[in-house]
Amino acid sequence: MVTALASPHDLRRAAWDAAAQVVDPEIPVLTIVDLGVLRDVTVNDGRVEVAITPTYSGCPAMNMIALEIELALEREGIRNFRIKTVLSPAWTTDWMSDEGRQKLKDYGIAPPISGGGRRALFGEQQVACPQCGSVATEVISEFGSTSCKALWRCTACREPFDYFKCH
Amino acid sequence: MSAASISVKESPLVLYALRRADDALILGHRLSEWCGHAPMMEEDMALANMGLDLIGQARELYSYAAKVEGADNDEDKFAYLRDVRQYRNLLLVEQPNGDFARTIVRQFLYSAFADPYWRAMMASRDETIASIASKSEKESAYHLRHSSEWVIRLGDGTEESHRRAQTAIDDLWAFTGELFHSDESDKALIADGVAVDPESLRAGWMKTVSSVLHTATLKSPATAWMQKGGRSGHHSEHLGHLLSELQSLQRSFPGATW
Repeated sequence: MVTALASPHDLRRAAWDAAAQVVDPEIPVLTIVDLGVLRDVTVNDGRVEVAITPTYSGCPAMNMIALEIELALEREGIRNFRIKTVLSPAWTTDWMSDEGRQKLKDYGIAPPISGGGRRALFGEQQVACPQCGSVATEVISEFGSTSCKALWRCTACREPFDYFKCH
Repeated sequence: MSAASISVKESPLVLYALRRADDALILGHRLSEWCGHAPMMEEDMALANMGLDLIGQARELYSYAAKVEGADNDEDKFAYLRDVRQYRNLLLVEQPNGDFARTIVRQFLYSAFADPYWRAMMASRDETIASIASKSEKESAYHLRHSSEWVIRLGDGTEESHRRAQTAIDDLWAFTGELFHSDESDKALIADGVAVDPESLRAGWMKTVSSVLHTATLKSPATAWMQKGGRSGHHSEHLGHLLSELQSLQRSFPGATW
């Protein structure tokens, strides 16, 4: 619990730690830090400002994430805060932490290919199956169950899997 | 009871943002009409996902227009409380879905423009527009890839799919000239480096379109005559019907929330 007398440094720390526990409602193994959605926490005159960035323009999870952050801050006793959305620099899958990539894989979702960017968007992609590790895979659908995923299939172990789109 | 339309003070920057927002909202709404009706599950998800991206882009642009206008308007009022003549979108995006080929061709013709357009707009001197562009660019690139692949599959597919794709191109072609049009209001923003001149993207667009159509064994129509009017609120009969559905709840129950 943060008291009103906490120093800006402690307040920022507490706010960051609280916000950092929020998970993506659609991929609950990832926190918003793993995803790179939590950008910054600042304190000005005792007021906490939390900056988040959307993965996709229309991502419906953003409202939920903002609400979860509010609840997490309130649980910490932080009342004076604002959550703002920043668009620039635009989120990219390169911001996803290594820990986040490993968690995704363990969860059965193939993580985005590092440093892919625009080249991967048009060129050939080699996505490894999160189940057996084979790269003998093929795309089933460019779009999946959420904005950020595509549907793939492994031709070695025959398992279909989600691929976190490179963006 | 019904909600009256709002009035908007369309400064060049407000008008600029509304035009792009309306393109994105109307095309996004058209795509959402496929939800539950697409020819296969994968495409049902694809069309809905692309619609979601576009509606997300529209929200950012409307919010910015509201901020610049500085009146009492907001994203919801722009979307739900403007009448058809106040809409500023391209005629292309309001054209009905038709069959799957027509929806895909419409998406392809738009995305082949939106992709280089938003990439160029990342250099806008307006920071907010540049940041919206940096998100839209990535999304448009994905839409372009997806729709290009389908144009090729349909054109170079069966006799039936080829015929439908070619008919869609022939019917929609006259609406593509408007993509490159700009008026006095735009020209001031172009001169200030806030907007790019869409005319400068025409050659690149033509190259993308020709190359995909060629691979798809489809023909670019030769017609030089182009229909315009959407940017100044002169729409086809289709937009009014679309808005009556999109706006019915807010018009009938003003301020309704859930």
